[in-house]
Order: sequence, then C-alpha cells, then structure tokens
Amino acid sequence: MKKSKSQIELRTTPHTHAAGDVVKIMRNVVYALLPIAGFAIWQFGLSALALLITVTLSCLLTERFFNWMGSGYNSLGDWSATITGILLALTLPPAFPLWMGAVAGIAAIALGKALFGGLGMNVLNPALVGRAFVQAAFPVAITTWTPAFFDGRFSQFAPSTLALPFLRPPSVDHWIELLQVDAFSGATPLALYKFEGIQTDTVELLTGMTTGSAGETSALLILVCGLYLAFRRMLDWRIPLTVMGGVALTSALLSLFDPERAPDTVFMLFSGGLMLGAWFMASDMVGSPVTPLGILIYGLLIGSLTVVIRVYGGLTEGVMYAILLGNAATPLIEQITQPRVFGQRASK
Amino acid sequence: MSLFNLFGRPSFNHGIHPPSNKTVTGKTPIRRLPFPGMLVIPLNQHIGKPAIPIVRKGDEVVRGQPVAKADGFVSVPIHAPATGRIKGIELMPTALGKNAPSILLEVYEGATQEVLWGEEQTIGDMSDEALRQAIQDSGMVGLGGAAFPSHVKLTIPEDKSVDTLVVNGCECEPYLSCDHRMMLEHPRALMRGIRYAMRATGTQQAVIGIEDNKMDAVETLRANLPRDGSISVEAVETKYPQGSEKMLIKSLLGREVPAGGIPSEIGVVVNNVGTLAALGQLLPKGEGLIERVITVAGPGVKQPGNYLVPLGTPIGFVLDQVGYEGSQTEFILGGPMMGPAVSALDTPVTKGTSGLLVLNEPDIESETLRIWPCIRCARCVDACPMHLNPSHLGQLAAKRKYETMAEEFHLNDCFECGSCSYVCPSNIPLVQYFRIAKAINREQAA
Repeated sequence: MKKSKSQIELRTTPHTHAAGDVVKIMRNVVYALLPIAGFAIWQFGLSALALLITVTLSCLLTERFFNWMGSGYNSLGDWSATITGILLALTLPPAFPLWMGAVAGIAAIALGKALFGGLGMNVLNPALVGRAFVQAAFPVAITTWTPAFFDGRFSQFAPSTLALPFLRPPSVDHWIELLQVDAFSGATPLALYKFEGIQTDTVELLTGMTTGSAGETSALLILVCGLYLAFRRMLDWRIPLTVMGGVALTSALLSLFDPERAPDTVFMLFSGGLMLGAWFMASDMVGSPVTPLGILIYGLLIGSLTVVIRVYGGLTEGVMYAILLGNAATPLIEQITQPRVFGQRASK
Repeated sequence: MSLFNLFGRPSFNHGIHPPSNKTVTGKTPIRRLPFPGMLVIPLNQHIGKPAIPIVRKGDEVVRGQPVAKADGFVSVPIHAPATGRIKGIELMPTALGKNAPSILLEVYEGATQEVLWGEEQTIGDMSDEALRQAIQDSGMVGLGGAAFPSHVKLTIPEDKSVDTLVVNGCECEPYLSCDHRMMLEHPRALMRGIRYAMRATGTQQAVIGIEDNKMDAVETLRANLPRDGSISVEAVETKYPQGSEKMLIKSLLGREVPAGGIPSEIGVVVNNVGTLAALGQLLPKGEGLIERVITVAGPGVKQPGNYLVPLGTPIGFVLDQVGYEGSQTEFILGGPMMGPAVSALDTPVTKGTSGLLVLNEPDIESETLRIWPCIRCARCVDACPMHLNPSHLGQLAAKRKYETMAEEFHLNDCFECGSCSYVCPSNIPLVQYFRIAKAINREQAA
C-alpha cells in the first residue's frame, strides 16, 4: 500500500462544527448595542459620547491590566469587556462625571469579572456590579438627570461631566436653567410616577422622548436591537420574555390585591431600565441558568422583583438589584431544575 | 410524543441540524469497485467474540466460502470476499486504532465476481430457530455502524416479548447515503429482510422510519409494501441524531427506552435498512456477507458516490479508485459526527463501515479552533437528545469529578452523538471529555 501523499490529521469526533464561536456572539452583541449607544449620543450629546468612550476604555484597560497580572493572554479580542463597558455607560446618567464613570468601569471588571476568574466565571453581571458600586459610592451623581434633546448638546458638555476627580461635581441646576428647557422636572418617568403620581405617555416611553440613563430611554429601539440578536440566535429569547412576563404578571397580581398602589402594566414594561435589563443584562449567558425550567424561574423572579422594588422599595428603579439577585440565585435555581434525563422514570 | 409533533413530522426533542451534504451522493447509484490485490479481513469485525479462523496459510478459497467460524452465540462467521490464496494471519490496523488479528487474502488476478459458495434455501419451510441459525451463518451484523450480530438482536429473550420491529432508514449522519441508495435500489430485498426479521422476533408489525429529506425512498418503499398492512413507512423529521435507536423509537412510537436499558424492554426491536436489505438478498441464496455498500464522500474526494466494496478492502485502495486531494487530510470511517478518524491507509473496510470521508484543508483549518471558557449559553443543553446537561458535565470534567458526573448527572446515558460539541461556541471538546470520564470510571470500577 502506498503512503499517503499528504499529512494525515487525527482528531476526535465530531469532525464537523456549527459555524460561529464565542467571539462572533460577543461581536454581534456589540453591534446590537451600537444603535442604542448612537441614540443616547443623539439624545444627550457630547456628554453621553464622552461617557461611553471613558467607561468602555476604563473597562478595556482594567481587563488588560488583569491579563498582565494573570496569564498574560490578551482577552480584549473576545469583546466581552467592550460589551461590559458599553452596557455600563448606557445605565449611567448621561451627565455622570467622567472620572466616576472610569471608577465604575474599573469596579465592573475588577470586582465583577476578574475577581471570579474572567470570562465565563463571573456570578454577577459585571456591568451591573460596576453600576451598583457607583450607586453606593456616588448617590447624588447617579440620580442627577439632565434634559434630552437640548439645543447645543453637540457643542457643550454638561458641567458635571468634566468634574475633577475626588471633588464634588458642580450642580447642574443652574446650567439647566440657562438651557431654558421647557418643563424639565429633573425626574425620570419612574420618579415622576413614584413621587408625583404622573404617568408618562407610552408613546414617549417607546420612542425615548424622556429622560433617564443614557441608553435606557427608547424601549422600542432596545426591543428591535434585542430581537436582532434573538433572531440570530445569539440571545436566548426566553429570558427577556419571561422577565417581561414576570413584570406583567406581578403588576396584574398587585392590581388585584393592592389596587391603590398598583402600577400600570404597560408603564412598568416600557419605563426605566427594564427593556435594557431584560434584553441585554438578564440575558447575559454567564449569569443565567441553562436549564429550561431554570430560565423560566429566573426570568419571572427578575420581573417580579423589579416591580416589587419599584412599588414598595425606597428606590425608584429596581431592575439592577433584581438582576443581580437573579444572578446570585442562578446556581441554586439550576441545582433544583436539572432536566429529566431521557429514559429516567419514563413519564408516559 | 410532544405537542409539537401535531404540527410536523414525528420527532424527538432536542437534537441538531448540521448541513446534510448528501445532495451529490444521494443521487449517485451504487457502483461496484474492483478487487484489490490483497484483502485484510479482521476476525473481530463484529461486537462479541472474534471469529475463529478455519483456513491456514497457503489455502485456496473461493468467493463466498467461510474462512472463520463463530465462537459461541455472540459471534458470527466470516466468508471470503474473493477467490484467492490465504497469505497468513497477522496483526493489522483497524478502525479503532488497535491492531487485530486479520486474515490476509491474496486475490487471484481476474477473480470472478460470481459467488461460488452457498445453497439456495426456502425460508418459508424453516423453523424460527433454523431461521435465526441461518442468519448467524450468513455472518450478518448491524450494517449501520454498530456491527452487533443480527441473530443476537433478533433473538428475543424468553422473559420478554416485542410487538414492533422498527426499521431504521434515517441515516442521520451527514454525507452518508448508502442506506438511502439501498432503499431506492433494493426495496424488494428490504421487504424480504423485514419479513425474516419479523418472523425471527415474532412481531406482528413493522414500521420503517425515514428522515423526510429522503421522500423518494419513502415513496419507493410505500409502493413495495405488502398488502396485509403489517409493514408501514413513516417519514420523520430530518434531525440529528434521529437515527439513534432510542430517538427513532421515541419519534415513531412515543416510547422511551429506560436509562441503561435496551429496546426489547419496551417491546421494540430495531434494525437498520441496510442490514435487512442485505439479509433479504443473502438468505434465500444461503450466502454469507462478503461485501457492503459504503458512501465515499467529503470535500477531498474527486468522485464521491456509493460503492459496493468487498469486505477487507484497504481504504487506501478505495481512495486510489475514487481519487482524493489535499495536503492536509483527515480520513473518517463512518459519518462526521461519530465516525473515528484513521491514520493508516491499510485499515480495511469492515462489516460496520458505512462510509469513508475525506476532509481537507478548509474544514481542518476551521476546526483547529481555540477553546474558550464555557459561557453557559445553554446551546448544548438544548441540543442533547438525552436531555443531559453537557455544560455542567463539562465543568465537572474540568475539575475531574468523574464519579459525580456518573452518579449525579447521568454521564452513562450519554451515547456520544456529538451534538453538544457540535453546537458549542466555545469549541469545548465535550464528547472527548465524557469519553475520558467514562474510561476512567470504568478503570476505577475494575
């Protein structure tokens, strides 16, 4: 028998593999976030742009630092730190001081990701860990909102954006007065609802004609971007769906038992960070269960916790803590929802 | 059956949809390959005890003559695939990587294709027991790849009874089309073989399950069904691994084979269409299994197709006949999902070889992929036909918790179909992890 004329490969089965890998998934999440980031920049101007760049850079540099500390392998190429950076920036108020944004980025990667062992090992969503950190550290700055679509937003920064590190950021009240924006109350739709009982119009919530964190305002745009990922099978549609289901269900239940404080379901769904959280953060693969029943429980838990915190808690917004709690509960949820293996105690 | 089956072809839950790559070979009629100069006939082509040679170096044998006898019940005889002289019995490479004692048969130049051994027999006159003996004497094994002796499978233990014969025409592995061609070209032999199997097992009904990417085969077989209605043909969803015994039974009958059990426990016996068609061809003539159809395909093959090959033909000879190219190649015996890769070109085609694939550079490069950490995307959980949690099993394997894998997470229910590795975006070689885990557990138990 003559020898093969070529080099013979020996590999284990299967010899074929579905197209696409982790990098492709992550890259597509970045693509899906870009329109949302673009809308934030169009809406809030230079401040939002600077915030996005600063926070993302801070995440990337922190990731690189831990690469250098650890294996030496450059993990920036997997795009996961970029996603964390963009997501984190989108959850912050648009005029958030840049240096605080940088701190948020460092906290996100260092405490949320590197501490656990990097990609795939983190228990909590890194972006939300970063946000929780600055929420605790800078309670005033993180609830300081600026008007959307003001004139001159592409030629000037909000004064708080360029605050010097470790100094109290200047108040934006005077600056907003100078802008002469009509009827800017300095409150998000959720705050208006909670403290003044004013319910923002649904169309405004959908299109993003409100104020809020940089990237959470347009529910419709987030929905479209999320659906893009779901259709490309890079996002598990079951998670956002069950989160939204949990919100709807809990709102409905509350209106039965506590009609006085019961929120409007549609308002709950489309206000605040729920859309962004449901589609881009709760659905983060690493922190969510892999079992079908586990996914259902996880989604419903996040959805209902969000409503409960919003209605009964001291905060106006509950998405962040709801998702972090959902993340923390994931190992337990998964443990009790292992699927029935084929042929075990045949059910039929 | 799940609710979803009301709206589509019968199927099982989970599974994957790899590109089938059957368009060329599915339309190529079976062609005969010439004899090679030397045949390598391993004595352990089947599961069970290896056959015992009954020829010596220097003996002359004719095509179809037995050269080895069965060693006990779970074993089958082997017949000479060509007329020639025995060169010896030596250790030769096999598909599983281990060398095995093999009869070397030097084929006479100009040897005839006519089978010179075997007496015609009337199956109808035989007792059921004689029929099963005739099946063993034919050397028949599962031609789908398992190579389990057919007469053993068709002998139902006293304490069990089966009501349905499931005939497996799924051929769910990509590239492979030899079963497809057998169904199209030998439907009557298949029907005969099904009747023999029904008699041997005492079943009253048979269902042929065929993936719906082979509707021509469904129609051909429906046109050849007997009038008594005992045999039916059912199209099932094209989905890997539909052709796995357990999955096909679930799809067709809605029954689940218990974990660790075999189909006869739920009244079913499964046979492959290729096996039964070959039985239908051989039994009436009293001949033994000396050749089989294999699909030769893959991007590296110049003339892909389905070839009737004498058993023992070295794959190097087959490749010379069909031509192949590539400076970096991988040779696979069987399908790309479960077939082992081989390194020696004198590895022979045996009874269990259903295909010979040649992959070359583009595939090999795209497969030399970086392994990323598990990002818990759950794709493997949604792919596993056994409803295992490959993601968690993989993490346990990385921590070497092999016992936990088996005891708490049903490792031993994994039949290594490769669906989890196929979908994994982190390119984690999950199946390989599981094979290692099983092997270590076996060693620990021993």
